[in-house]
Formats: sequence, C-alpha cells, structure tokens
Amino acid sequence: MSGVSGVDGLSGMGAVGGAGTAAAGAARRRGGGVRRSRLGWNLLGLCVFVGAGFPVYWMLDTAFKPARDAIDPTPHLLPTSLTLDNFRRALQIADFWGPVGRSLTVSLTVVVIGMAIGLLAALAISRFAFRGRKIVIVGILAVQMVPLVAMIIPIFLLLNDLGQYDKLSGLMITYLTFVLPFTVWTLRGFVVNIPKELEEAAMVDGCTRTGAFLRVVFPLLAPGMVATSVYGFIQAWNEYLYALMLMSQQHQTATVWLGNFTTKHGTEYAPMMAGATMMAVPMVVLFLLVQRKMAAGLTAGAVKG
Amino acid sequence: MSAAETTTAEVPPARPSPPPRSAAKGGGADRRHPRRDGGRPGGTRGAAAVPWALLAPCLLVLVLVLGYPLVRLVTLSFQEFGQSQLWGFKPAQAVGFDNFSKVLGDGEFWAVVLRTVVFAAGSVIVTMVLGMLVALLLQRVSGWVKTLVNIALVASWGMPVIVATTIYKWMFDSDYGVLNYLLSKLPGVDVIGHNWFASGPQGLAVIMLLVVWGAVPFVVITLTAGLTQVPRELEEAARLDGASSWGVFRHVTVPVLKPVLVMLTTLSVIWDMGVFPQVFVMRGGHPEAEFQLLTTYSYDRAFVVNDYGGGSAIALLTVVLLLGVVAVYMRQMLKIGDVE
Repeated sequence: MSGVSGVDGLSGMGAVGGAGTAAAGAARRRGGGVRRSRLGWNLLGLCVFVGAGFPVYWMLDTAFKPARDAIDPTPHLLPTSLTLDNFRRALQIADFWGPVGRSLTVSLTVVVIGMAIGLLAALAISRFAFRGRKIVIVGILAVQMVPLVAMIIPIFLLLNDLGQYDKLSGLMITYLTFVLPFTVWTLRGFVVNIPKELEEAAMVDGCTRTGAFLRVVFPLLAPGMVATSVYGFIQAWNEYLYALMLMSQQHQTATVWLGNFTTKHGTEYAPMMAGATMMAVPMVVLFLLVQRKMAAGLTAGAVKG
Repeated sequence: MSAAETTTAEVPPARPSPPPRSAAKGGGADRRHPRRDGGRPGGTRGAAAVPWALLAPCLLVLVLVLGYPLVRLVTLSFQEFGQSQLWGFKPAQAVGFDNFSKVLGDGEFWAVVLRTVVFAAGSVIVTMVLGMLVALLLQRVSGWVKTLVNIALVASWGMPVIVATTIYKWMFDSDYGVLNYLLSKLPGVDVIGHNWFASGPQGLAVIMLLVVWGAVPFVVITLTAGLTQVPRELEEAARLDGASSWGVFRHVTVPVLKPVLVMLTTLSVIWDMGVFPQVFVMRGGHPEAEFQLLTTYSYDRAFVVNDYGGGSAIALLTVVLLLGVVAVYMRQMLKIGDVE
C-alpha cells in the first residue's frame, strides 16, 4: 500500500513541476469563467446525487410515514409525520427474528469456513512458486464467472440426493461456491501487497516460515481479512435465489422474508418499506465501513452478483 | 484504486531486492538455511508439496460444490429428467442431443435469446456511459458535492438487490407509485394510473433502470480511481497542442483507462446476462412470457415445467454464450493482475 501512495505522490509532483505554469496561465486566461462553470458542474453533481439517492430516500420516507399517507394519490415528497407503526406491523406480519437468525448462522459459518480455507489457498498462490500455479489462478478466476443461476438445477438435485434440501447446512455448502473463490482472489491481492522482503528479513533473523507469517504477515493482513470477511458476509446475507429455492417457507431466510408483504390481497407497501429498511440499513452501514478497503480487492476480485 | 495501479506500484520495488533469484522462488529461503533443510531430503520437492497442501482444502471444496454440479449440469442436459426421475420412480435416460434440438428448434427460445442480449447490451452500454460521465463529473465538482454523490453511490451500491427491487416495485406502482405522480407533473405527460408492467419492453426498461442504478456506483468508483492515474502533464500537453476536450478524452484518457474499461465492460456483461432476482421478484415469482430472460427461462423450464434436462440445456447454452466474454475478461485480468 505504501508503494501505491508513493506512485501517487510522484505523479502529483510531476504535474506540479511540469504543468504548473501552463495551468496557471490557463486559469488566468479563463478568469471568472472558472467559477461559473464550477457552479454548473456542481448543479449537475447535485442532480446525480438526487437521482442516485432518491430510491433510498423514498424507502426511508415511506417506512416512517403513516401507512395511509403512503397511499395518498398526491404523495408528499417531504416527510409529514414520523411513526414507527410500519415497523411494528412489519415485525408481526411474519416471524422476523427466525429468518434473521438463520441468515446470521448461514452467513457467519460460510465466512469463517471461507476465510480459513481461502487464506491458505491465497498464501499458496501468492507466496509460492510451483508448477500448476497459473492453472490454479486461472481456475479460480474462471469459477467466479460461472453464473450462479445456471447452477441452480444441478445443485438442487445434488442437495436433494444428499438429503440436504431445506437444511441450513445445504445452504452453507452452496454459498461456499461463490464466497470461496472471491475470498481467495481478494486475499491474494492483499497478500501480494505485503513486501516479501519483510518476511525474508524475519526468516534471516531466525524465524521459521510459519513464524514469519504469524508475526509479520498476519498483522499486516488483518485489516484486509476483516474487510474481506465483512464483504463475504454481505454477499451471503443478500443472496436470494438459492435461499428461495433450497429452503421451505418455515425455514426462510431474511431476504426471502421480504416477500411476505405481498399476498393475494395485494401488497402492504408501507410495512414492506419498513422491512426493507431493517434489511438494508445494517448491510449499507457494513458496506460503508469496508467499501474503501475493498475497492482495490474488488477490481482485482470483482464479484458482486 | 485499480488493479493497474497495484501492478505499477508492486513491480518496481521487487526488482532491486538484493537476492533476486531466491526471492522469486518459495523454496529459495529454505536453501539458505541448511539447518532446516537437513531434515528433508530433496528440499525442492518438499517445498513443492507445501503450496499444494495449502491449496488442498480449497480445491476439494470447489471440486465438490462446483465441479460436481457443473459436470452434472452437462450430463443432465443430455438426459430426460423430469418429475418421475426426481422422485426416483424412473432412472434418468440418456437422450443424446434431444434436449438441445428441442430447445434450439423452439422459436420462443430465440426470442428469449434476442431479448436477453438486447437487455444485457442496453444495460451495459447505459451503465458504462453513465458511469464514465459521472466519474468525469466528479473530477470537476467541489469537494462537498463529491462527498454527497459518493454517499449516494455507496448507499445504492450497498443495497441488497432484493431491497432495491422492492423499492423500484413500489416507486413504479401503478396506483400509488411516486414515479407516475412525478412524471405527470411534467407538462404534457399524464401517466397517472399507468401500469409499467403491462407491456414487456416497458417493464424490462424499468428493470434495466434498476440494474443500471445498482451497477453504476461500482463503475464510477473504479473509474474515479483509474482517472487519478491519468497523467496530468499528458492532458495538459494535448491541450496545449490544440486538442479539444473530446480529443483529450478520446486520445489520452481512454487509452490510459483501457485495461480498466475492458475489465468493467466484460464484468458488466457477465453480471447483466445473469440478471435473475430483479425480474423474478418484480413479476411476483411468475414472469410473463414477454419478460423471460435466459435465466428465468431456464428456471421456469426446470422448476415450473419440471423438465430438468431442458432447463439444464438452456443454462448450458447461456454459459457457452458467455464464454467469449469470459475469455476476454480472463486475458485482461491475467495481463494486469500481475501474475508475475
């Protein structure tokens, strides 16, 4: 990571040194026009902000306003009065904590297993030179590209044969298919960024290879591991198709729970938005925490279903 | 922060390290310590076993949970496999290319393929163009506007797909949806009570909007990181030589960003060809014929019609359709992913 900022600094210096005078000249020539065009860009930026943020805002707005205001033919864009009734209704419409507990169990287990296995594999492909390494890397990359939807039929039949249909363990096995390759690839990115010289220095000083890893690499890797785990957790939590297909109604997970608001009598939109808020807010907060760290891993690992 | 950046930062410091030949090999470090090597005759072969041992659990799991189903997908597509085979009343029967000829001879399948390709192409183009425009815009706005836009982008990126779909379903509701109300405020537009999902193209356009809304943030954030790598001097030089803004973009910015652009585009194609929950949930679990994409079509064939063989054949054809795109993506990743 330090290498990255170094490069940034260098190019920044180059820009200042080489093009500084030209930029100053251009700025003087344009004069007041700069400020006016900046204003235009800002307005356009605000439009983007409103456009991108509106659906999120509308979810929150609907969730907190009285249910009968939500079905007002002339909706108020600004919140009128705040109420928690929709949340109360959302909690009683169907069991909420059961699905949440199941989703938590599945996601956490998958992440723990995925990280344990994935870290070993990531170390193997980033720190060792061995025959077949490139094939393994290509394989792990390729595996991420198989659309999950295409796999639903054989996985359904496989779990059916194994007696794992409608079992949380079956769902966990399935989720490993997308959490594991992504974990390996992202962790590999983080490991590669830790200079090998640090490890070698520790080994010259008498550490074993394992010791060097535990004392030198592991502490440096920890933030990346946390970010990867959180991201894997979000992926597993948000999964919908397999959760719907492989679990029965009594054992539904959190994402499927959101479908309970639509019955044959219609959809209760205001409580549904309250339910959506309860589902989304924790995930968005988690995502905000790791997003910056993951940006690097994502471009390299690149999984967002 | 792009993979390209990581590469440029990673390679130079590795070169001047004192013992380059041992740094390149994992076993090299062991060789310098005969003390540890002594217990293991044939040190190099022992060292080669270590990475495989580390990889073993991962490969085992992947073969079990992915390899086996993949093989099963292929065999299934050559079998007759319906409800009676599912319950075990009848053994699965090999039927050769029957499933494929049935699928390929069906006009509906080709309509679905066309619809899927148009949908995916539209989503990818709109996503990439919008993403590029917003990334360029973010370079020109004040700091506080940039922060606001970033917050909105990350929030929409982090939204679970199911939640996002639910929100769009609500916003586009024919009776109480806020979109109909807002659009009707525009002069000359009256869409009060308009049902967006009455026709396939319109409904799919709404779904496309939903997909694009969810996909743009990733593109913007990756491109913003990539844009910081475009050397300022180069842009300035081009401008001094009389290049227009478009010329600078076309001949300086795009070439520098090309690896990132190729990667983002291929990824978007793969993701947008695989759109499933958005259509499925938007249509209440039973997409109408004119909403079917390859993914939902395969799902329907398997789980609604109970023709698992036919469904697998469609899924396999989808994967084959994607192979070319995947190949481009992999080449790019291996090129910039510093696979030393």
